[in-house]
Amino acid sequence: MTLSLSAAGLTKIYDGRAVLDGLDFAFQRGKVHAVIGPNGSGKSTLLRLLSLLDPPTRGTVLFHEGEESVEAGISVRRRMAFVFQRPSLFNTTALRNVEAGLAVRGRPKRERTDLARAALGRVEMEKMTDRNGRTLSGGESQRVALARALVVEPEILFLDEPTANLDPHSVRIIGKAIGKLRDGGRTTILLVTHNIFLAERLANRVVFLFEGRIVEEGEASAVIERPQDERTFRFLTGELAG
Amino acid sequence: MQEMASSLARAFELLLSLDPVLYGIIFLSLQVSGLAVVAAAALGVPAGAGLALVRFPGREAVVSLLNTFMGLPPVVVGLVVYLILSRSGPMGFLGLLYSPTAMIVAQTILAFPIVAALTHAGIASVDPIVKDAIRSLGATTSQAARMIVIEARYAILAAVIAGYGRAAAEVGAVLMVGGNVEGYSRVMTTAIALETSRGDFELALALGIVLLFLSLVVNLALRAVQKRGALVR
Repeated sequence: MTLSLSAAGLTKIYDGRAVLDGLDFAFQRGKVHAVIGPNGSGKSTLLRLLSLLDPPTRGTVLFHEGEESVEAGISVRRRMAFVFQRPSLFNTTALRNVEAGLAVRGRPKRERTDLARAALGRVEMEKMTDRNGRTLSGGESQRVALARALVVEPEILFLDEPTANLDPHSVRIIGKAIGKLRDGGRTTILLVTHNIFLAERLANRVVFLFEGRIVEEGEASAVIERPQDERTFRFLTGELAG
Repeated sequence: MQEMASSLARAFELLLSLDPVLYGIIFLSLQVSGLAVVAAAALGVPAGAGLALVRFPGREAVVSLLNTFMGLPPVVVGLVVYLILSRSGPMGFLGLLYSPTAMIVAQTILAFPIVAALTHAGIASVDPIVKDAIRSLGATTSQAARMIVIEARYAILAAVIAGYGRAAAEVGAVLMVGGNVEGYSRVMTTAIALETSRGDFELALALGIVLLFLSLVVNLALRAVQKRGALVR
């Protein structure tokens, strides 16, 4: 049974402002959720809280395995992975970057290398295994970061604007890899994006976040093509500032 | 001017003829500064890393103190080590005053704040997103600490090289606690000071050339290391 993830009264206050305001939501297991919304609506904060990178001011992140609740800790963390918007590679080769998550989990060296090579193949980076992560282009670096996340076979994958400002070739490769993961149906994916086309193509569900609250949520095509809330409509048509 | 030119020629002659007195001084210098920097690194790298990775009350104050100590006046260090090691001092029973060991102690004290402060700065400046990535990979606190230190390895190496530069170029402290005894505790800097005061410029210049050369090597190493560490940030 894979992990399922939900938020209960999730609140984050920065400088007296509620960036997330009492969010209650259960993410569907094995589905891709596109989290959309204007800048400052709390999308990245939501991802940081759900992935246990930052603690909430109030509320909790809940993990379940079937009916059983699972304590949020290091073992849960090791069942999740995160791809950040900014380059986040370590100052070492692409291969060693991808091996890092496996090394943390104590996997033997030989196995690590084999798995890391295979993961780099999934993002078409198998020819650049020995390049230093810091010398890669934005797109290449992000593909390695995705391989680093995929190699640990996460049950929950967080993607924070994974294709922002990347070359079309890398966007295509990353989109393809996420699509495969969606079709596998075993990974719950939270994809924060400004790219509505990407959201429509990849996501099963769309969550529209506005001023720290979920305004609308539903089947991806339904929300994008027939939004029910006026704010969602204005956001999708580009009339909502921010 | 002419005297300087002939002294310079003589200096090169000494260097090329592998003069035993000259090379004895050079080797002792390398030994003393080398051991001092090993000791300073063994103490300073963990101290700097701890300061950067562990939060505790008064941490800021310790960092400020360390940064202040980066500019410790060598003569003050010499004086303090002298007082501690002198026969009536608390460690006088060790009989270390006027020995190479005393010089190593003095140079370690001078290099330690540099190694520790620069190690701290190097680790503290690891990009927060890299730290987030480490945590998101499921690293435990100790695994994360190790990974962050590895990420800062070039900055740490630069810190150690800078510490060596400080130790090797220093004269006041080693003169006071080493005594500049010929064939025993005379190193390049103290020999240069002595020979210059005697008006015997040949040996002083020869040693000066070696010191300059070593300083060049240290700086080239530092630049190479910093270049690697700064790879497309």
